[in-house]
Amino acid sequence: MSGHDGPVDPGALEAEALAAIRAATSTEELAAVESAILGKRSALGAAHRALGGLGPEERRTVGAALHEVRGRIEHLVEDRRGELAAHERVAALEADRMDLTEVVVADVRTPLLRGHKHLVTKTREALEDVFVAMGFTVAEGREAETDWYNFEALNIPPAHPARGMYDSFYVDLGEPETIVLRTHTSPVQIHLMEQAVAQDSLPIHSVMPGRCFRRDTPDARHLPVFHQIEGLVVDHGISFSHLAGTIETFTTAYFGPDVHSRLRPSYFPFTEPSAEYDITCTICLGVGCRTCSGTGWVELGGCGMVDPAVFDAVGIDPAEWSGFAFGFGIDRCAQMRHEVADMRALIENDLRFLRQF
Amino acid sequence: MRAPLSWLRDFAPFGDDVDALAAALDELGLLVEGIERVGEGLDRVLVSRVLEIGAIEGADRIRRVVVDAGREPIQVVCGAFNFVVGDLVPFAGVGTVLPGGVEIGRRKMRGVESNGMLCSGRELALSEDGDGLLVLAETDGAAPGAPLDVALGIQPDVVFDITVEGNRPDAWCIAGIARDLAARLGLPFALPEPVVVASGPPVDQLASAAVDAPDMCPRLTVRVAQSVAVGPSPALVARRLVLAGMRPINNVVDASNYVMLELGQPTHPYDLDRLGAPGLLVRRATPGEVLTTLDGVARTLGTPGRGLGETGEDCVICDAAGTPVGIGGIFGGSTSEISPSTTRVLLEAAYFDPMVIARTSKRLGLRTEASARFERGCDPFGIDRATDRFFELLAESSPGAVLAAGTLDVRGELAERTEVRLEIGAVNALLGTRLSRAEVAGLLVPLGFDCVGTGDDALSVTVPTNRPDVRPPPHGVADLAEEVARVHGYARIERRQPSWPEPGGLTEAQRDRRRIGEVLIGLGANEAWTWSLVDEDENRRVGLEGPSVAITNPMSADEGFLRRSQMAGLLRALAWNVDRRQGSIRLFEVGVVFAPPSPGRVVTERAGPGGAQQAMLPDERELVSAIFAADGDDAATALAALDALVEELGLTEVRVRAPGPAEVPAGLHPTRSANVVAGPGRAVVGTVGEVDPAVVADFGAGTQRVGWLELDLGLVADRSVVPRRSDRSRPVSRYPSSDVDLALVVDDAVPADALADVLRAAGGELLESVTLFDVYRGTGVAPGRRSLGFRLRFCALDRTLTDREVGELRSGCVAAAERELGAALR
Repeated sequence: MSGHDGPVDPGALEAEALAAIRAATSTEELAAVESAILGKRSALGAAHRALGGLGPEERRTVGAALHEVRGRIEHLVEDRRGELAAHERVAALEADRMDLTEVVVADVRTPLLRGHKHLVTKTREALEDVFVAMGFTVAEGREAETDWYNFEALNIPPAHPARGMYDSFYVDLGEPETIVLRTHTSPVQIHLMEQAVAQDSLPIHSVMPGRCFRRDTPDARHLPVFHQIEGLVVDHGISFSHLAGTIETFTTAYFGPDVHSRLRPSYFPFTEPSAEYDITCTICLGVGCRTCSGTGWVELGGCGMVDPAVFDAVGIDPAEWSGFAFGFGIDRCAQMRHEVADMRALIENDLRFLRQF
Repeated sequence: MRAPLSWLRDFAPFGDDVDALAAALDELGLLVEGIERVGEGLDRVLVSRVLEIGAIEGADRIRRVVVDAGREPIQVVCGAFNFVVGDLVPFAGVGTVLPGGVEIGRRKMRGVESNGMLCSGRELALSEDGDGLLVLAETDGAAPGAPLDVALGIQPDVVFDITVEGNRPDAWCIAGIARDLAARLGLPFALPEPVVVASGPPVDQLASAAVDAPDMCPRLTVRVAQSVAVGPSPALVARRLVLAGMRPINNVVDASNYVMLELGQPTHPYDLDRLGAPGLLVRRATPGEVLTTLDGVARTLGTPGRGLGETGEDCVICDAAGTPVGIGGIFGGSTSEISPSTTRVLLEAAYFDPMVIARTSKRLGLRTEASARFERGCDPFGIDRATDRFFELLAESSPGAVLAAGTLDVRGELAERTEVRLEIGAVNALLGTRLSRAEVAGLLVPLGFDCVGTGDDALSVTVPTNRPDVRPPPHGVADLAEEVARVHGYARIERRQPSWPEPGGLTEAQRDRRRIGEVLIGLGANEAWTWSLVDEDENRRVGLEGPSVAITNPMSADEGFLRRSQMAGLLRALAWNVDRRQGSIRLFEVGVVFAPPSPGRVVTERAGPGGAQQAMLPDERELVSAIFAADGDDAATALAALDALVEELGLTEVRVRAPGPAEVPAGLHPTRSANVVAGPGRAVVGTVGEVDPAVVADFGAGTQRVGWLELDLGLVADRSVVPRRSDRSRPVSRYPSSDVDLALVVDDAVPADALADVLRAAGGELLESVTLFDVYRGTGVAPGRRSLGFRLRFCALDRTLTDREVGELRSGCVAAAERELGAALR
């Protein structure tokens, strides 16, 4: 490959290179070959340097030929490298083989470590426990829902301005905007009521925790993916007074005896009368501080008596049954109770954060 | 919306206790987001008359001005040029503190002494105008020396910033807020009747009005005023607009905005002479029609967008010749706006179908003060008061204006007044109250509901037309109950804890989920929460080929798809912690992953107002996934974790099976991974092993081995897929047991647990346990085979087994292994 003094034959160079590339049996060998045939000291390198001594016309033709040969050789090297790397990987993986059926579990030695459940899970479980103790069951459902379950059955028809309250992610399946990532866990309420009607199994006393999605720009208090827990009671003789009592019982049970609740009129398409509920600011216990803008109260969630239009949608007779529903953010609850300054800490999965709870 | 207290007081005599007013608003559901005190300190600023204006030698930006502020003439130096001798302007004497906190001092400029300051609107925090002095109108109170607040009729004011819920269009105006607040506080509320004089020619001689789309625009009214002088608004109007957050423009536009803020009815004034033909025509936009709106943007109309209920229909306002001049209820066009030269004003006031406005506003991404009100539902019968009020205001700012007689009023079908029969018992049952009929009526009447008692314990309630949120019966009962509760006070409703005989509790699957988490944290794993929305490439990087479920409207390109596994998220979390030098990293997550719908997974939703829907739901699976990347962790760690979960949940018949070379689970190490299979059907319920080192490297998650475990919780919960240990107790033998160690040589292809199964079957009831304790390859064992050492423990419940019995059991086990799996005793 060396010793050429006169003009080189690009064809011969290529043939030589090809043979050397083929002969390499490992990526390591190939790297050596590559530098020998393409490097500065290679015949090709020398030929390039020799171009300077040629006439303009000849320089152009020979130069072009050399360039083409170099390109082809580089290509061959890359192909061969891919082949060799694949072989080497297979060989390495094969050498590494482990039959998982023959692991002697008693011999597996691992450091003794203790992990932690995520703060959101801990909060969810604690909330579930409070509600279970109050006589609620726990219901769950899908995260991608049809428009009917997420909106229409909840008295939010298509194009209704109230949809502006729930900036939704749509899933690209079927007709446009028929499948939505649920913006709340209320679709579970609709499923529950439909099932209870189909199976003639009313009453319902359930809470429904789960992951929800809204197109909110992430900030210290909002994430576009978040967790919510809602509650639904449908029974005989249920009144707004029961709703207020349930909220107060839950608030004191979860946050402690110094924390209380208050209801303020609000609007949700799926409840009437509707309310937002505030709880005593957990930072100042009602005295007034920056967190609660001096009011002593912080907003936790929404609630109300199930709207008769929702009962219509699921086929429950409002003359016989009445009910209430409520909902709030699990993440928000965790943030308030544990004074998490920035909600985004919940999704970083930094062990220094996860290990605190 | 921003509601100045002074404006609210036009309608009811509210007191001075601002905190009490704010609390009452909150209790009404008119949430006070902020309270702003404005206009304080104006009592020391005086009205003054300009007596003299003179140049100052060597200065062309300032002048010497002498004013009369009630006493002897005062000399000041002033940099404004927008006034003449005789004008009334605000004067702040030496020592006065302006609203911004600036104290006026005595100064000398170019040798001329300045004994105070003449003020602009901005300097007094009365308007945004800082270009010149605030030139005051000649009104009764505006005499030189009068305090400015008295002259302008303004008090130090308080502005409540109030969030009005979407179902309360009636309360989205000053009068509406005042009505609610007065009802709650038991104060008298009155809407003053506007006084207008229509001395001009009949309006139909000046303009026309027609509606070609009465379904979109059920009512259109047109009135005209001539000889209008366009100029700045009176100070009070301008100031109130500024306090409410709107910019004063000119007296005509300001009057329209003022009426909208005060009464909630948007109106639109046109320059009659700039309309192509005098009058208005309301029609559907033709498909593809283009209109340039006031903001200078050309908008294509009549073209359907995406989404349910989207009709692609728009309502346009045209001049009488049919040329569009605005998008109905949303935005005016640029061709016919009011200009300083306008003398003839045509006022459009209409009622639009809320859904029409909502759809167009959403599709065009065009939300205005008007559209937001129309889409919530204005009062179709509030139009007359609103236009009267407009012309009353116009007459104040342009006394020469001549209002044409009559109104062009085109009406389509307008809703009847809703009547709701309200049984007091039903209200009390819904609220849990004990209100009497008189009390209920006493709460509703101040809100504008007409209540007539009927013979039984009920009221016949007539709903005012500004309350579209109150539906016809039966639903209207709940709506009225909310009104009763609001005015009565939510806080006064007794709290009762309901009880029921049905017990609460978690389902077995929910309890299992918690136990799985507890096992994993017992093994040192921390629970992570990783993102459900990923880059499609991220699914591919963990070896998942094929389509992912896409999000139609992602917030960013790297969150455009739904995750198909938790591996990428966990590896990212691993990399994050590796980067931060956190050791002993084990992580797990419980959550849902998505895949495109299985064939045939199309559901037809029930028909609603939007019509029947064909829907395709993505497949959802709830998984628990764990990675083990602490020192020394590898596939064996993951297997031990699987073993712990199997033990905790009492799963039976769970085996691991190495996949064929072409079936390696996505993202896993091809020779150190296996499927977790269960039950007689050997259904795949998960995967166990190690993450492919190339994938770990790709995520920058270090160079250590990363053990992996994934289980499908839906399948694990299904007992027909994964049988569970019987929960019946088994007696424990009181006799000694006998151990037999067997070293059996089998092909590598024979899984160790398959051999254990054969031994277990052969050992029968007397075989208490089978434990693998040794694996040997090498000298004495043929290549491709290995020796597996099992300890078999035999025991009988009722006796000590004899050596002979044990020997026979041993032989039976060996024979079965030889027969069924080609094993040889080593």
